[in-house]
Amino acid sequence: MKRFLIFLPLCVAIVIGLAGWWGLNPDRDPNSIPSALIGQPVPAFDLPAIEGIGGLGLSTQDFGDGSGPILVNVFASWCVPCRAEHAVLTRMVREDNFALLGINYKDKPEAAAAWLTELGNPYGRIGSDETGRAGVEWGISGVPETFVVDANGIIVFRFVGPITSDAALATLRKALAQAGADKS
Amino acid sequence: MIRLFIILIFMATSAAAVEPDEILSDPALESRARDISANLRCVVCQNEPIDTSNSGVARDLRLLVRERLVAGDTDEQVYDYMVSRYGDYVLFNPPWKSTTYALWLAPFVIALLGGFCVIMVFRRSNVGPEGVATLTADEEDIFADVTKRNTDGTTL
Repeated sequence: MKRFLIFLPLCVAIVIGLAGWWGLNPDRDPNSIPSALIGQPVPAFDLPAIEGIGGLGLSTQDFGDGSGPILVNVFASWCVPCRAEHAVLTRMVREDNFALLGINYKDKPEAAAAWLTELGNPYGRIGSDETGRAGVEWGISGVPETFVVDANGIIVFRFVGPITSDAALATLRKALAQAGADKS
Repeated sequence: MIRLFIILIFMATSAAAVEPDEILSDPALESRARDISANLRCVVCQNEPIDTSNSGVARDLRLLVRERLVAGDTDEQVYDYMVSRYGDYVLFNPPWKSTTYALWLAPFVIALLGGFCVIMVFRRSNVGPEGVATLTADEEDIFADVTKRNTDGTTL
């Protein structure tokens, strides 16, 4: 028994060390919440277009028709990081092969229209979610957030925060490539 | 006047973020809504229930909880809806399932281990003289002999 107890401090040190190694890992974000919608079909929602810019609204029917992958970007004109992200998304749409759809979250139509006129509109369709109800259906916690939906209308990836860093862009491209590859 | 003051003090509750326009006219439904929203975690200001959070999403969720209760949902259905959107994370009271066994059992395991250590420590400190090996008969003889000689003043 005594011989066994000699190893007790070592075991305790190992446990504390492992907990520290796991907990202090810079890649681990304690604030990140696992998304409940990964692997699920696009939730039921139906949003009108933003008044004043023409274009089409966004609803569940726009997904799962075999074309994909689709990038769904949740944005708002009052969201400063969205402004930074906008340029990245605009460039990505030109360079990569995917459809970019938008959800305009809790925004006034005139503000959103002015924002899109100023910065350009890279979105194929935009749904105006003035109440934030569709945002709840998508399980978002804020803006910006970006989802990748595959050709079958299944949500395969979610990114919380602006896609401005190279690392964020790389993970998003990887998810898009995977979603596109699953189709064929 | 003083009586009124005392009554008012006892009526005071902890500050909640629930705004007047959110409160339902049916007190029974409202109290259910308050209980549910106290058990739902805000996804923006994490570790705060949506009942006391001032964030926009928390307000949306509070309104949604009330809307569903008015529509006739049971408490379970409201929780299930929230979990389907935001995952188990929104529950302050996580369910008992394979991914949460460690979470639920860890306190008991640690308490058992700690109790075991405490018992070991106390038992060792209580061992006392009976734990020390006694002398054999031969050794007793030698010891008696030595003590005798010492007290006699003779040497070995």
